[in-house]
Amino acid sequence: MNGLSPTDLSIVLAITGAALATYSLRLGGLLLADRLPKNGGFKRFMEALPGTILLSLVAPGIFSAGMLGGVAALATALCAWKTRNILLAMIVGMGMVAAGRLLL
Amino acid sequence: MIDEMRRGAMANLPVGASVAAYGSVLGMLAAQKGLTWVQLLAMNLSVFAGSAQFVMVEMWAPPLPVAEMTLAVLIINMRYLLIGASLNPLFQGKSLAHKAGIMHLVADENWAVTMAAYRDGGATTGFLLGGGICLCSVWSMGTLLGHQLGALVAQPERFALDFAFVAVFTALAVSMWRGKSDIAPWATAAVLAVVAERWLPGKWYIVIGGIGGALVPAAREFLIAKKNARNLLSERSRRETMTKETK
Repeated sequence: MNGLSPTDLSIVLAITGAALATYSLRLGGLLLADRLPKNGGFKRFMEALPGTILLSLVAPGIFSAGMLGGVAALATALCAWKTRNILLAMIVGMGMVAAGRLLL
Repeated sequence: MIDEMRRGAMANLPVGASVAAYGSVLGMLAAQKGLTWVQLLAMNLSVFAGSAQFVMVEMWAPPLPVAEMTLAVLIINMRYLLIGASLNPLFQGKSLAHKAGIMHLVADENWAVTMAAYRDGGATTGFLLGGGICLCSVWSMGTLLGHQLGALVAQPERFALDFAFVAVFTALAVSMWRGKSDIAPWATAAVLAVVAERWLPGKWYIVIGGIGGALVPAAREFLIAKKNARNLLSERSRRETMTKETK
């Protein structure tokens, strides 16, 4: 062992940081259950957050993906909405892009 | 406890199949980004949160943006605060060590399966843990299998692997849709994210879009509360003037 290189160190830090952040939220939620506001603005904010975060993750990508990407994203969304099956929706979206690239 | 854990594991097997499948997509992406299987496995066992891991892998390019990554994970997993809080009745009367041990293996899927079983009166913390162990195993198997395959794929774009991220998160986002009340926050989030991505470096658009969008219902709630308070105040002062007049 020659010790950690800066790259190794940053990898360790990245994974540890993510692990600690996630675990503290999981346990924190349970331990603070009685203290978290049950209504009001904070509650509304927390309830809306999962959806807006996921949308923010993909919106720029879809916006700049061009025709094929846009149509495939729309098909993925429709399929997820109709079937409630995330895996199927994912396959439909990726299949459309792969087929589109093969044909166009 | 063992019996309960087995029951929990069995109940999570169907959803486990799809967890393994999208885990394999994550594994392929990770291989393309140069993560080793050890790093991927370490992430599976220590972070164990699918959407956050997808984002980490997406951001994986040397030098690693450690602070940005941690912040992104923190924001994406903020929902675990609510998930943890909702499990409070299930953990009633359990020790801190029991809580601390089991909460690590709570993911969206076994949480949902456990809550459904709990409503029907058939869930314990053992059931939750069994589900977590089941999911963590299939998740790791799926990602590692994908990692093996991913290293073999020479042209990932031919299989639309570069689109996998968008496809997964589009589907996950749709599953979060709660109805018409989401139109304003979602539109705000989308516009903010697209604008921020264009003008700001790195992945700030995730945080800006997500928080900006979620502030919309919070602000609405705040305005309603303020209006109610004002109405209440004016009501009270009107009543006070009336009592003065009658005197």
